This record gives sequence, C-alpha cells and structure tokens, in this order.
Amino acid sequence: MQVKAKFGVGVGIIVVSLSALAWMGARESKTYYHTVAELSSLDATAQRQRIRVGGDVEAGSIQHLTGRVDFVIKAEGHSLPVSYVGHDPLPDTFKDGAQCLVEGRAMPDGRFVAEQVQAKCASKYEAAPGQDSTSAPQPGTTATGRS
Amino acid sequence: MGGGIAAIVTRRPLLIKSARNAGFAVCVLIWLSISSLAYLFVTDNFSVAYVAEHSNKTQPLFFKFAAIWSGQEGSLLFWSFILSIYVFSVLFTYRGKHPELMPYVGVVTAGVQLFFLMISNFVVNPFNVFGSPGAGAAMNFVARADGRGLNPLLEYTEMVIHPPMLYSGYTGFTIPFAFALAALLGRYPGEKWIHLTRRWTMIAWCFQSIGVILGMHWAYVVLGWGGYWGWDPVENASILPWLTGTAFLHSVMMQEKRGMMRVWNVWLVFVTFLLTIFGTTMTRTGLVSSVHAFAQSPVEPWFYAFIGIVFVVCFTAYWRNRDYLRSDNQLDSLASRESSFLFNNLILLVACIAVLSGTLFPVFSRWVQGTQISVGAPFFNKVNIPIGLFLLFLTGVGPLLAWRKTSVESLKRNFGWPALLGIVAGIAGVALGLRNFYVTVCLILCVFVTLTILQEFFRGARVISARTGSNIISSVVQLTLRNTRRYGGYVVHFGIVLIFIGFSGSAFNQDKQMDMPVGAQMEIGPYKLVHQSFDSIPETNYTSEKATIAVDHNGEQTIMLYPERRFYPSNEESGTMVAVYSTLKEDLYVVYAGRSPDTQVPVIHAYLNPLVKWVWLGGIVVVLGTILALVPNQQPVLAFNRATEPIAAGPEQSPAPLPIERRGEP
Repeated sequence: MQVKAKFGVGVGIIVVSLSALAWMGARESKTYYHTVAELSSLDATAQRQRIRVGGDVEAGSIQHLTGRVDFVIKAEGHSLPVSYVGHDPLPDTFKDGAQCLVEGRAMPDGRFVAEQVQAKCASKYEAAPGQDSTSAPQPGTTATGRS
Repeated sequence: MGGGIAAIVTRRPLLIKSARNAGFAVCVLIWLSISSLAYLFVTDNFSVAYVAEHSNKTQPLFFKFAAIWSGQEGSLLFWSFILSIYVFSVLFTYRGKHPELMPYVGVVTAGVQLFFLMISNFVVNPFNVFGSPGAGAAMNFVARADGRGLNPLLEYTEMVIHPPMLYSGYTGFTIPFAFALAALLGRYPGEKWIHLTRRWTMIAWCFQSIGVILGMHWAYVVLGWGGYWGWDPVENASILPWLTGTAFLHSVMMQEKRGMMRVWNVWLVFVTFLLTIFGTTMTRTGLVSSVHAFAQSPVEPWFYAFIGIVFVVCFTAYWRNRDYLRSDNQLDSLASRESSFLFNNLILLVACIAVLSGTLFPVFSRWVQGTQISVGAPFFNKVNIPIGLFLLFLTGVGPLLAWRKTSVESLKRNFGWPALLGIVAGIAGVALGLRNFYVTVCLILCVFVTLTILQEFFRGARVISARTGSNIISSVVQLTLRNTRRYGGYVVHFGIVLIFIGFSGSAFNQDKQMDMPVGAQMEIGPYKLVHQSFDSIPETNYTSEKATIAVDHNGEQTIMLYPERRFYPSNEESGTMVAVYSTLKEDLYVVYAGRSPDTQVPVIHAYLNPLVKWVWLGGIVVVLGTILALVPNQQPVLAFNRATEPIAAGPEQSPAPLPIERRGEP
C-alpha cells in the first residue's frame, strides 16, 4: 500500500506541474478565431486578444511596400484590410485568390496587423502525401513568425 | 468477414480455411487495383480526374509513382494497399497455426479493410473519369490535356518515400490491434498474442519512426522556414500514435515478464489504433483549422462513424471479457523496473494527451465557449520539453533497475559513475557559459544515459570475453547478437539521446534576412556569405531563379550554396529550394526569399541552426537499433545464462533479468 501511495504522490506531482506548464503555455499563445464579419463588432477586451481570421485574398489587392505587405481578405461578403508586418517571407502559396489565415491583432482603425500568414492555393486539394505528417503546404506556410 | 464470423461460430475447419482464402483474395484484388492506378499514371491517362489533377506529362516517372498517393483518393487506396500487405503476411505466416486465434484476427483485419475499401469505392474513388459525378467538373481543358502536375513542394525524393513509410507505420498498428482484440474476443489464453505481435508492433513502430523523421527532414529542407517541427496539426497527428505505440512497446514487457498491466496494454493498443485512424481523419477533414483543413471533405462522417464503431466494439469486448485481464502481480517498490515502466507509460500518455488537447483546443473551445481558440508552439514546448527530459532520464534509469526491487547498493553501482560524470559535464557546461536551464539538464542527461548504455555493453561483453577469451569488440558483437532485443533496445535508446542532443541545439538558433544585390555580403555566426551571381534558368517543367553564394567559414572559402525558387507554369505554383551546409556542429541554412518589392534586389534569409544533424543521425541509429532488435537471437543463450547466473547473485547484476526474460519466450 505504501508503495502505491508513493507512486500516487509521484504521479500527482507530475500531473500537477505539467498542467501548470500547460496552462501557462496556453495563456501565452492562445489565439481567438473570428470571422471577418465578427471583427467589427468585437468589444474592447476581445479586440486586444491575439486573433486569427480566415478568408480569400482579393485579386489585385496585394501591394508589396517597404517593411510590410498590404492586402485585402474577403469572406462571406465582408472584407478586411490586412498589413503583414512579419519578418519571414510570405509562403509560396500566397497569391491572388488564395485562401489564407492571418494571425495578429485588430487595430482600432479597422486594419488588421498580421504577424503570421498561412495560405493555401484555393483551386486544389493540396495537403497531399504530407498530410499525415509534417505535411505539405502547412508548416512552410506557417513559417512566418516561427523562427 | 462474414465468412470469418461464421467460421468462428461453427468452428468448422473448412469454413475457417475459406475465410482465410477470402482474406488472401481481398489482398490480391487490392494489389490489382493499385497496380491499375499506377498504370494509369505511368501512361498519362488524363481522362481520369485523379491522374489529371496530380500528374503531368513532363513529370519524371519517379514522381508519377509518387503522385499515386499525393491526393485524398489515391492515398486512401494506398492505405488499403499497405494494410493488405500486412494482412497477407500475417495470414500467410500463421496459416494453419493458432486455430483459436487466427479466425478472430482475420475478421478484425477484414473489418478494417472493409471500411477503407468502402470509402475508396463509394466516397472518394480515384478511378472517376471526367464527366462522371464526383470528378472535378471545373477542370479546364488545358490542364486536362497535360495534367496539372504534382504540388511542387512534393517534387522531392524524400517525399516519395515518406508517405509509404508513415502509412506503413499507421497501418502496421492494425496488426497488434487485431491480435489484441482477437485475443480478448476469443479469450485466448495468456500472453501469447503479445509474443505473436511483438515483432509486428516493432515493425510498425520502426516505419512510424522513419516516417516521422523523414517528415521532419522534408519539412526542414523543403519548406524553408528553418525548422523541422512546428506543432502543426498534421505533424501532431503523426506523433500521437508514435507516443502511444512507444508506450505499448514498453508496457508489453511488464505483461510478458510479470503478468501485470493487462487492461492497460489492451487499451493502449486500442488507443494507438484509434489514434492512427484519427490521424488519418484529422488530415483529411475540416476538424481543425489548419491550412489543409480548409477543404471539407465527404469522407468526414465516414471516419467518425468508423472511429465510433471501433470504440464501441473495443469497449464491449473489454467489458464482457474484463475478468480475463486480471493482473498476476502487484507493484513491489518505487525503485523497480516496473515502476520505471509505469512512469514511462504515464509520461508518454500525458505527452499524448497534451499534444492531442493542444491540437483539438479549437474544437473544444468552440463547444465550450462558442469561440475557436487555438494554442501555438509555446504551449506544446512548455509541456513537452520537461516531459521529454523526464523520458530521457527514464531511458537511462529504467533498463538498469531490477524487476521487483532494486537495492541501494546496486543503484550506486549502476548509476554512480554515469550520474557523477553527467553532473560534471553539466558543471563544465555552465562554466563554459551555458545559461539555458533545459539545455543544461539535457546535457547532463545525455551524458548520463550514454554512459549507462556503454556500461551495459561493457559489462556484458566483459563477461563473455572472460568466458570465451575473445577480445572486447567481438564480445560486444556476440553479446548483442545473443540478445538482440535487449541490446537493440539500448541502441534505440542511444539514438534517442542523439536526437535530444539535436533538439537542444535549437535553443541557440539564429537567423538574419537581408536584401543582397550581387556582390553584397552578410555575416552570420562564423560564416560570411558573398552573393556572387544570380540567374534565371528555364527547366523542363519549371523555371528557376537561383542565387550563387560563396560561403566563408572563419575566413576560409568553404562551399558554394545555391538557394533557388522554382516556378511551375502548369499549375502556377512556386517552390523554394533551400540550400543547406550541414556540419556536426551546425547547419547553415540559406533561403532565397524572392525579390525585394521596391528594388527588385534578391532577398536572402540565412539561418544558423546548431546540432540539427544529430537529429537525423539519431533517427538513423533508432531505425538501425530497431532492425537489430528484430533480428532473431543467436542460440548460445543457454550457455550465457549459465555463465551469468552464478555471478548474478543479486537481482541488481545487469544481465540478471535474463533468466526471467527467457521464461516468457516461446
């Protein structure tokens, strides 16, 4: 019985400390997913959180500027101007019409400042063989902001 | 499958045989079907939608084969194909043996095959011709004439090998699953099924490891973000069954040798199988918002239904036969092999739960709060780094603890020197300027584990060399061949150590990005990069932009690197080709990141990643160790036992567990 108790204590310590770490990690990196339409109606606290938005890149909207890339994403009839300020190159799959996920913060003026952009070519199922692991477009495209 | 059930019920030998032959027939038919798909690809038959989508006239033959499994439809058929190879070998190996067990095994595997074949036939059929329902109607004529071509990211040799390896790992776990379920359903006596499946599990685990490592390497050299692991849902999907599979490989030893943890093992193997199916599901459906998961796919409900059915079957089988799984023994001491296995299992399972919950965080939070919340790399790293280090610790400690109870004296003898030298190495590291806590711990543990492994080999070899008079090197070889499983296991552990050395290097990664016109220079760490020339070259199925960069290391001309970006006109996609200069100390990883928007000057992004090569070396060692463990033992085991037993007065002598080990073997 005593052995079981010792074992229980060991297990307890492990589980508790790892949960604490998990909680800290989650707080540090959690990102809220919103649709483009929801963004305009968020309250002040929600505005300050790290946000992820998905949509299609509007054709012809990509402008390469010094230090940032501006583009517009559209979803369900709403559009959102985005400035990508991340320091990694944009993924190969990022182009007009691509589906993309941007991660960053919403600014009070309605512009979204993204630190990460993931993109996928809209026309085709891409995930392909890699899909069962370190898969195809994904890690590369999530590249931004990871290094 | 129906035939198999009938055979079990009636136990008529003729029916059993017919069920087995039906199993063979299914396998052969699957081979036929995958061969015909291969034929369509090789002959560029673009009237078939799947071929046109994933292949191209100009694509080299090698990649035409790879295209077979590069999309949803084909990859599912490919799944069935690999499963059928396993099933065929199992049915063939054990034909006419274990008449109580094999019919159940045949039924379970047939059930799994049935599911995948149903999907391939009715939901995502790779043989759909244009114009038939389900084939991409939007496909335009130009693409149809020549084929759209493979995703450029996949035009890479490793990517041809990676999926078959990973699938072999995934599907391979079906075999232990089938045996476990079969043993439970048939109330097959004892631990026999574990002996029967041990090799199959190891084979599956080996493939899974190769698959994961290749995937990491591919992500590293192809995707061009400078790292090999990003906790992406698809990466997580591949590591989940690996974690539970590893736990299973260890905990079966408890059952084999001590008759403990029967319930746990059965559930581990069930969970491993469910996770392989779940991994397959996650990467093909919109469950988690990842870039892959944009596309909703018609297979989704099928997979959920299958997971549900498997779970219900497993649970029912367990519930009805749970009395058969009672343990023979209890845990005796905290400092025992048993408890180290328990901790090993616990921690692997916690890692698995952590990764799984992190991956599914968006799904859970949508249920609970209504908003999708995702967690990123910091979450996974915070949890998994300590877990990994604890595992590394157990890797060193576990194998040297005795079964039941270990005395303090033997702890000292087995761990004294390794622990001392490990701590010395740690202090030396800190004295030399190491300031990262985890890396320091990792250093200590790596030294410790390596020394315990070497000590094991040395002690065993000394016994042999004393008996036979041969020198120490040939004794090590003999020793290893006499108990391949044990010493192969040590080799695998050593591979894991190497991998951890590689991981710890990532704490010191650095990178730099610069606009570099021809002639410009960049300095990173001890390297100086000089941009010498820049070309645009048309190739058969793409055009490339390539920079030529001369690398100086500490002022010496070392190597030329050619980072490149390719553009494929057939599908208007581009692919980055990374240039890597890899040494044991560090990798210099150079990416051509396109042209600067204002000046059209090429942008070069350089990364300096210490110790990455050790990860790949470790991976190779792990695989070699697993293969070694699969080699049958050479016979002089008995003599060896007699030799060691008198010396092994206490349970602490390292080869002492051998006699116990023998007991379990058929």
